[in-house]
Order: sequence, then structure tokens, then C-alpha cells
Amino acid sequence: MISAGIDIGSITAKCVILKNGKILGYKITKAKPDLEGTAKEIFEDTLRTVGLKREEIEKIVATGYGRNMVSFADKKITEISCHAVGASFLIPQTGTVIDIGGQDSKVIAVENGKVIGFVMNDKCAAGTGRFVEVMANALGLKIEEVGVLALKATKKVQISSTCTVFAESEVISYLSAGEKLENIIAGVCDAIASRIVSMANRVGIRREVVLTGGVAKNLGVRKAIEEKLGVGVLVPEEPQIVGALGAAVLGSK
Amino acid sequence: MRRLKIAEKMRNLMAGYYMLGHNAKVRAWVTSGAPVEILYAMDVYPVYPENHGALIGAAKLGSHYSDFAEKRGFSRDLCSYARCDIGCVFAGTSPVGGLPRPSFLFACNNICNTVVKWYEVLSRIFKVPLFVLDMPFIRKELKDSHLRYVEDQLLDFIKFVEKITGTQMDDSKLKEVGTKSVEAVKLYGDCLRMAKNKPSPMTCFDAFINMAPIVCLRGTDYAVSFYKDMKEELEDRVKNGISAIENEKFRLLWDNIPVWYRLRWFSEFFESKNACLVADTYTNAWTGFSEIRSSDLISSLAEVYTVSYLNIGIERMAEIINWLIEFYEVDGVVMHSNRSCKPYSFGQYEIQKKLSVPSVIIEADMVDERAFSEAQIATRLEAFLEML
Repeated sequence: MISAGIDIGSITAKCVILKNGKILGYKITKAKPDLEGTAKEIFEDTLRTVGLKREEIEKIVATGYGRNMVSFADKKITEISCHAVGASFLIPQTGTVIDIGGQDSKVIAVENGKVIGFVMNDKCAAGTGRFVEVMANALGLKIEEVGVLALKATKKVQISSTCTVFAESEVISYLSAGEKLENIIAGVCDAIASRIVSMANRVGIRREVVLTGGVAKNLGVRKAIEEKLGVGVLVPEEPQIVGALGAAVLGSK
Repeated sequence: MRRLKIAEKMRNLMAGYYMLGHNAKVRAWVTSGAPVEILYAMDVYPVYPENHGALIGAAKLGSHYSDFAEKRGFSRDLCSYARCDIGCVFAGTSPVGGLPRPSFLFACNNICNTVVKWYEVLSRIFKVPLFVLDMPFIRKELKDSHLRYVEDQLLDFIKFVEKITGTQMDDSKLKEVGTKSVEAVKLYGDCLRMAKNKPSPMTCFDAFINMAPIVCLRGTDYAVSFYKDMKEELEDRVKNGISAIENEKFRLLWDNIPVWYRLRWFSEFFESKNACLVADTYTNAWTGFSEIRSSDLISSLAEVYTVSYLNIGIERMAEIINWLIEFYEVDGVVMHSNRSCKPYSFGQYEIQKKLSVPSVIIEADMVDERAFSEAQIATRLEAFLEML
């Protein structure tokens, strides 16, 4: 059985090809406004990487914010179900999935690979990947640099605004007050973590806690979440493809 | 979705109701949870700004009329019924040509405390008297002292209306109106309970669309005969095995005021997923959740209106939802966290924990379409149905 999972997120697109329970290959690209085109492109790209032809793929499942724009998919399943399945595929003891994506963050309670409850952020980008992007931009940093730099902080500044736009002006005023970059960044990571943890507490935390999505790569946020939760979190080797992987797994069933 | 034919009759009936208002001698603007029976018994025509707000929402004109109020400094965080109502007053018009000027105002805070400030604003604009019927919040048990407090105010209110109209309250007329009100409420309840059938002959969207008569016309013959007809149509459906949606796989319960400008979107969305929203807490709120103890008319009015759904503690609200879950045999609850309606929405995360079936919360607003994000809501609902 060969299946493909395509996750069209708000910032990135991901594709995973799965054969008999093994990941053959995957791709991650920036999502373009043409979502259908983005999906086609990444699918063909991944096919080339694994050396397969389109006809050899028996099932294609689309997920993510743009799932309904993937007309060639056999099935569309929400990222909530897909993240639960993808995380459980990698870590069978998964009890909670914390996914921090580009514009969504969600906490999913999982039991034997099945969703038993979930909470998502609403109407607001604070607590999502976009928040980190905006702050990195304001500080003149690359997104990859943010997490590592946060670990060097000697203290965390308090970002009190819950709004991304206002938080950005807060960050800028810290800069003009001469605050160290790493301390501001640590404050930014902390702000996201506190949002996430309040959602997590609503769902209830059960181990293992698996962190997925692009922001899972950010060591600063990861550390802040662990501190606030009081439990360690597991991060898959490539946390960004967990949704696409879940879609592929669901396609193979 | 197979819409009920009765909706056509409802539109005519409500068009007539709105027309009548312009010819009425004495008119009161009144909140949805106020004891309208007293008004009908004293030949006062009741005008419902909340129903008008729903109508504006359904016409997708919420933000348009709200802007007239926002321009004058009314916050966007304020209830959108209030914003639209005040906005229409400033605009001097509305989809029904504006509401007829009130002779007086009657606000009952058993649904929220926004109505007090809202009606105070109206009172200042129109320079007409306002009567606020203050309902004690029933956190646990309803006590005799609560009832006495409300009864006293009801008697005061009758005197207040007598002074304005110049005529005395006729007790036999109040009794007659009360009887019709009880009858309409009973028939309306019968209609809603038809959704117990599997598959259900109606959805909560039918209930929403056809609720205006129970709100605006309870206590009149119009409401009685309307719900008799509606009940008949539903009985026919059950007899002939006609279901509201094609393939009823999931049965769901809706909590909170509907998203008026998206009724069609929601009904099509759920039908495409084979989910039938068979019932809701909003329309069921008009059917009364408990038996009336008192035999005296004034004290039974006091009782019925004091224990309204939004005037009771969270424990009791959860009990009622759990009762609805069991009665309608639903698989899950869709909770609309309504930006406008704070008393309806604040407790939802707590209530959610007390429910016997899974639930999902979506954020929107009943009238203000700017608070609706389709992709976000669709994802939550789809994920919820996948989970079920």
C-alpha cells in the first residue's frame, strides 16, 4: 500500500509518501496563494524524490487549512485528526499533541491514536508561528535564530499584550530601552508558551506530550512550554510533517 | 434540506405583525424575556428590538446598521442586537422601515444586564418612560422571597401601564391572554419535541426560523393557530417518514443564539456531513423547563419569567442541557460562543465539562458577520464530526 498525505498550511505545504508503514520521503515548501498549484507542485516534487509515478500512489489524503483546494485528493481530513494519527504513528504512547502551526495552534487529547478532545486558538495569532515570525522580523532575526538565542537569555522580559500587533510595538519599545535581544526573545517565547499552556490545561495534559508543527523546532518555545507544563515534551525528528504523515497513514487504512 | 412549508406562513404573519405596529395607539419596546402577557392584556402593542436584530442579521445587514451606533461611540464589544437597534434609530430606518416609536419602554433583566443600559439609552433618545423589571438571579433554588420581589414589581408595572394608557387592567382579560400564552407555549414545545423522532422531521434551523411568533405573539390567537399548523405539518412528516435531512447519521444539539447571517451555510454544512442539529437550547428556552407551582396568575408569571434559562446558575444550565441531550438522543453538542451574548457564552467552558456527550465550541456572533471566520469554524466542526 502506497499513500500520500498533503498538508496545506497557512505558511508552508508538506507532503509525505508512505509505503507499508514506512516513510519513503517528504517535502516542505512555502505555501503560495495558489493553493491548488502549491499542492500539485509539492506532490510532484515528493514523487520525484522517492522515484515513484503518480499512478503508483493508491490514496491521496489532503489536510490543513487549504485541504479543500486539493481537488486531486481522494479524501480530505482535518489537521486535528491527522496530527493525532501522525503523532501516534511516530510515538505510540502519545496522549497529548500540541501543534503550533503558522496561524493555528491546537492541543489535542489522544487515546490510542484517536482524538478524544481538542482546543484551538481563536481569532488571534498570538500563540502561533506567525507571532514568532512577526517578532523575529521586528528584531531583525532569521526565524531559525530565534530559539537558540532565547536559550542565552539571562532574564525574560514580560510581553503583556495578547495582541500580536501590540506585542510588536512592545518589543520595539524594549529595544529602544536598550534591553538585550536574547532577553526580549525569551519573553516572546514565554508569551507563546503561556497561551499554549492555558489551552493545554483546558484539554488536560496526559503523557506523552508530543510537540508538532513548525514552532516545535524553536528551542526557546519548547523550553518555555516544558517549564510551564512541568513535564517534558517529545519532539519528532521532523515535527513539521506530522499532519501530512497522519494524512498518509489515514490514506493507507 | 427540506424546509418546512410553515415558514411561508410565518413570514406573512410577521409581516402583518410589523405592519400592525404602525397603527397601534400605545406601543412598548420590550425585551424578549419580559412578561408580554401584561402588555397584550392592556392593549399595548409590543415591539421587539431583539427580533428586529435577528431579522437584520438574517438580512446580512448587521455591520451596516451597527456602524450607525459605532460612529456615535458605542463599542463593538457591545451586544450586536443592541448596536443594531440603536444604530437603526440613528439611521432612521431598517429592513422593515424602522420600528415604530415607543410610548414607553419595558426591560426585564432576566436575559442579561445589557438590556438595562440599552433601554436607558432608548429612553434618553425617545424621551419616554422606562420600566425596568429587576429579576433576582437564581443561583440555586427559587425562593418565595424571590417571587415576592418580582410579584411586587409586576403589580407596580401594571400601575405604570395603567397610568400611561389611562385604562384599568381587566383581570379576566389577563387570564385570557395568559391561557393563550400557555397554550402557544405548549404547542410550540410539542413542535420542538417532534425532533425526538429518528430521523428527525425538523432541524433547529426550522426552530430558529419559526420562533418569531412565540417571542412576539405569545398571548395572542395568532401564535396558537400558527403552532397548531406547524405541529400538523410535523406530524404529517413523521407519519409519512419524511426527514429534515437526507441521511441522518449524527444527531447534534446547538447551544446559544443562532448565527443569523449564516443559517443557510450551517444547515448545508451539517447536512453535507450527514449531521442533523435536532434541537437547541435557545428555542427550548421559550418552552419553560419546569412546572409552574403557583395557581395565581401574577405569581405564576413571576415564577416562569424568573427562572429563564439565562437567569439560573451554571449547574442548572448543565442539567437542562443534559436533559435535552438525553431526550433528543444526541451524539454531541455544538456550542456557539457568541461575542454578543455574554451571559449565554461565559459559562460554556465550564458547562462543557459537565455534559454527558462530547462538545465543540465555535466563536462567532449572532448578527455581526465581521466576527465570523469560515475556515476556522469549518475546521473545528469537521474535526468534531471526525471525532464522533
